[in-house]
This record gives sequence, structure tokens and C-alpha cells, in this order.
Amino acid sequence: MTVASSLPPVIGPPPRPWPQRVVLHLGAALALCSTVAGFLTLVFDDPFGRTLVYSLCIGGIIQALIEAGRYTVSAWRIRRGHRHPQLWHGWPGWPFMAPWVLFSAFTGHALGHRLGAWLTGLPPQPLLAASGRSLVLVLVITFSVSLVATYHFYVRGRLAGATAQAEAARRLASENQLRLLQSQLEPHMLFNTLANLRVLIGLDTERAQAMLDRLISFLRATLQASRSDWHPLSAEFDRLADYLALMAVRMGPRLQVTLSLPEELRDRPVPPLLLQPLVENCIRHGLEPQVAGGRITVRAELADGQLLLTVRDTGAGLPTAPRPSTPADGPQGGFGTHQVRERLRALYGDRAHFDLLPAGDADGGTLARITLPDAPD
Amino acid sequence: MTDPTALIAEDEPLLAQALQADLARQWPALRVLAVAGDGLSAVQQALDLQPSVCFLDIRMPGQTGLEAAQALAEDWPAGPAAPPFPLLVFVTAYDQYALQAFEAQAVDYLVKPVDGPRLAACVARLQARLAERPAPQTPASPAPAGAGADAALAQTLQQLRALLGAATPGAAPPAARLQVIQASAGNTVHLVPVDEVLYFEAADKYVRVITAERELLIRTSLRELLPQLDDQVFWQVHRSVVVRATAIRTAVREESGKVTLTLRGRAETLTASRLYAHLFKGM
Repeated sequence: MTVASSLPPVIGPPPRPWPQRVVLHLGAALALCSTVAGFLTLVFDDPFGRTLVYSLCIGGIIQALIEAGRYTVSAWRIRRGHRHPQLWHGWPGWPFMAPWVLFSAFTGHALGHRLGAWLTGLPPQPLLAASGRSLVLVLVITFSVSLVATYHFYVRGRLAGATAQAEAARRLASENQLRLLQSQLEPHMLFNTLANLRVLIGLDTERAQAMLDRLISFLRATLQASRSDWHPLSAEFDRLADYLALMAVRMGPRLQVTLSLPEELRDRPVPPLLLQPLVENCIRHGLEPQVAGGRITVRAELADGQLLLTVRDTGAGLPTAPRPSTPADGPQGGFGTHQVRERLRALYGDRAHFDLLPAGDADGGTLARITLPDAPD
Repeated sequence: MTDPTALIAEDEPLLAQALQADLARQWPALRVLAVAGDGLSAVQQALDLQPSVCFLDIRMPGQTGLEAAQALAEDWPAGPAAPPFPLLVFVTAYDQYALQAFEAQAVDYLVKPVDGPRLAACVARLQARLAERPAPQTPASPAPAGAGADAALAQTLQQLRALLGAATPGAAPPAARLQVIQASAGNTVHLVPVDEVLYFEAADKYVRVITAERELLIRTSLRELLPQLDDQVFWQVHRSVVVRATAIRTAVREESGKVTLTLRGRAETLTASRLYAHLFKGM
């Protein structure tokens, strides 16, 4: 699922209803045409009334052509599956609009001239009969006015598109924050941990205290992760160690852990708790279903100058068929990997990579790989 | 009357230990016979040791607590001399859906962390239900004891049917129906239309796919397969057997409560467990 396709078709301020748009555009056209007529009257010393009629005819036809073109093409591209928000505001893009404005200007000029002549009762003047200088002038005026009007719509469309995109990004970010928090404070994990803690208090106060400290730093990190954008890789590994230590108390010898972080990568910035859902999946879908448990290995290394993070378990492995979501899975079944993907896309665009594959050696299990570029977008 | 006995199935060692300690405090007469760390060994030990109460954690490796209860109900010995079916108590940290189902079916359950008063209430209920049970059978009066045990088992079966029904994703969007089974053997992949399959049988980590002519293995679990089958066409008759309803020729009820099925197109018979025996009754 891509982000764009999950958005509702209309975002940001909705376009005005079409009768309102027509009135608005007619008003703008009238104002423009009057200005042009006034200007031409001054230059050619023709009567203002006649010039205005011509100007209105030409301007009206040009605008009708441009408008019809941009809305038709936008609608056509939406039907073809394009999802750019500007399309909903009737802007199909310059590659179509530039030649179309030129075409509309010339066609509108020719047709408008005829219409004007017919309305005023004057014999139609062939376009080429006018003196070269005045023809160029008229055409330049017609074209530049068309261009200015079109540019106005272009800017408005872009603005609407940008607003819509910003709005969508903001909504996605806050939705992700909430989901991140929900998935990390998985109630099953939390209550089981508390149950263990409750037992340890009576049994071994020192271990209970150590476990409580781990739980506190895990909770603190989880609550902060949804607020800050980056933390050093060493902090990421510390939080994983907290989480895995909590799980180790619960699972006993069924859980073995290896964390490997080279000294020179300690300060690399990463999105907080990026690896957390992957490690959680290792436990939940990899090791927990297995009677014998297994090993989780988290590793950071440099590969071709990029940061490569791997999370590997020796657990049950990926399901052969898509795993049906059962109520016992809770609402976030299969959510972890989706969430990692979305976060990477939001922060790095196409420059980060994530894949999940069978570990492919004798120990079996699952391997998750993330490659991060040097700096985020 | 002999002392009540218990089995604890819990994969987290500390929690198992704690439950045992708490039970010792609140119910000194109860003897904990064994602690199992996974669902499969829990069923095996329960069948061997025949406790009067089983505490089953819901999320366990190998088999969930519910699946363990199902296996226990299917494999528990039957007959007049059979021991009474254990009282079941499910234990869970957080399973919204399961808890609703437990409430609805009046099944005993505990929520982790288990606190003193709740455990005390649970113990009191278990003690009352054990006291209702007829005294252990003497050679002079085997019949009433057997009848009492049967009634208890019937009630448990009823509850389990409802729980298993609630646990299957009926409310969730149904998975896409499977049309063709792809079974690989060496370099060859055999394709079998689901329409030709007579029955599926779980075998360890595999499922056997049986048609009139051949038999194939696919590497999946029955649990993963079930949502992709039409439950009107394929009936689950045992925790490890799903059979095409129209392929069943006869169903013969045994004394143990099990039902033996003969098939059209296959010589072998299948066994429907007592949990699914209610599917077969004359119209």
C-alpha cells in the first residue's frame, strides 16, 4: 500500500462549486478584457466601445478554451489513475498547459475577431490585412494576458496541492506517533512483565530492582521516541538491551541475545526505536512459538559506505502462507514491518531499504535488513 | 476423598513458580503434580497424571492454552471407569477477545499478574465444583460416577466448542479462498485443485492432502489453512482432520463418544472426536 493511495481523494480546502467558479472567472475575465480594451484604445486610437467588444470576444473565447482544456485534461488524468493533488484543482501541469495556452491564444484571437466583427456589424478584417506592427502588438498582448491568467491558476493549484500535501504529511506523522506508541506498549508484554516483577519483589529484591530499572528506561524511551526524530545508534542499542533484558527474565534460557555495535558507529543518528518492532517480531513470531526458544542477533555494520542494520532470529521462520490474523494477535498483527517501512519512507524517501527474508542457513529463522544512507532527506 | 491435584502449564518459569507458591498458600490441600512449559507437554502430562485441575496459560510455545484444552478434551479417556475430566482454568496477561469469550461461557480464568483476592475467589469456586463431583467410584456403584463425569465432560465440551468458535476469525475478513494446492516434492510442484481434495490431515509440521488418487504433503499448518477453506464444504471433525462433507459416506458413533467416518473413494476410516461428534446426527 502506498501512502498516496491511502489518502482520500480530496484533501485540503475543497474546490468551490462550479457555478461559483464560473462567476468568479467571468468577473476576472471582464476586468482583464476591459483593461486590455482601454490600453488598445490608447494605442490605436479606436473607439473604446468597439475595442471592448472585440476584447471581450477574444478574451472570452481564449479563457473558455484554456479552462475547458485544463479541467478536461485534469479529469482525464485522474481517471487514468494519477493521484497528484494539483489535478483536483484543475492543474494538469506545464507540459500540457504551455502549448495549450499558445494554441488557445491564437485560435481565440482568430475566432474572437470574427465574432467581434459580426457583433459590431463591421466587415471582418482578415488578420493579415492589419499592419505588421499592430498585429504583433495585438498578438503579444493576447498571449501575455493569457499567460498571466494561466500563471495565476497555476500558482493557485500549486498552493492548494502543497497545502494538501503538508496536511497529509502532518496527519500521517501524528498517526504514526500514536501507532508507534501503541505497538511498543503492547499490553501483553507490559502485563506479563509486571507479573514477573511482582513475583521477583518477593523472591529477589535486587533482581526486581534491576528489572524495574530496565522497565523504567524502556518506558521512558518509548514515550520519548514518539517525540524526538533522532538518537545515536548507541542509544538505540541500549534500548534494545533493556527490552531484551526484560524478555530474558520472562523467557529464561529460551532466549539468547547477541548485540554487536562497532565503536565507530556509536554516534550515527537513527530514528528512535526503529529496530524495536523487528526485535519484538523475532520474539513474538520467531522464538515464542518454539518450545526450544532461540537466539536473536542485532548487528550494525558499514556496507559500501552505508549503514547496514540486521536483526536475525533462529525462530519459527516466515509463514509459508500469509498468516491469518486471529484475535489473539491483537490489533497490531503484522503491523511492525509495515510501520518500519512507512517510517523509512517518510524520513529517507527511496534511499533507505528494508527487507525481510528467510535467514537462509542451517539455523533457520528470519532475517530483517535495513540499509540507511548517510543523511536523511 | 483423595486430595485434589493440579497441573500448571505456563512458559514463563517465574510465573509458574509464583502460581505454585500462591496456590500452596491458599489451597494447602492441592498437590501440584507437574509444571509444563509448553502446550504439547502440558497435554501429555495431563493425560498421564490425570489431575483434577489444569491451569493453562493462553500464549504458550508449541500450542496455545485453548488448543491444549481441545487436545485434552479429544484424547481424554472415556467409559464408565474413566477419571473425571479436569477442571480448566485459563491464565492470560491480556487477551481482550479471549476474556470476553471466557465471560460469556462462564469459564474460569485468571488475569496476570494474579492478585491474592482473585486467586482466592478462583480457588473457592474450584473447591465447590470439586465437592459437587460424586465420590470416586467404588466397585459397587460405577454407573452414577460415570454419569456424573460424563455430565461434567459434556459441559466442558460445550464451553470449548463455543470458545473455539469464538477464536476462529469469523468476524475478521475471511481470507481469500484457496483454489489450488501447490505441493512441492523435490524439484516438482504438484498442483491439486481444492475441489479434488477429500480431506486434510495435520502431521507434525506438515499437512497431508488426500484426494481419491493421491496423497501429498504441504508445509503449512492446519491453523493457517483453515481460514482459506469454505467451512460449508470442509468440516473440521478433529483438531487434526478437516474433511469434505460430501465425501463422508457413513458416521458410526462409538461408545467412547467418538465417531468413525467411512469415505467415498477411500478405503481408510477417519475419526471424529467427541468435540465434533455433534455434527453427525440423523435428520
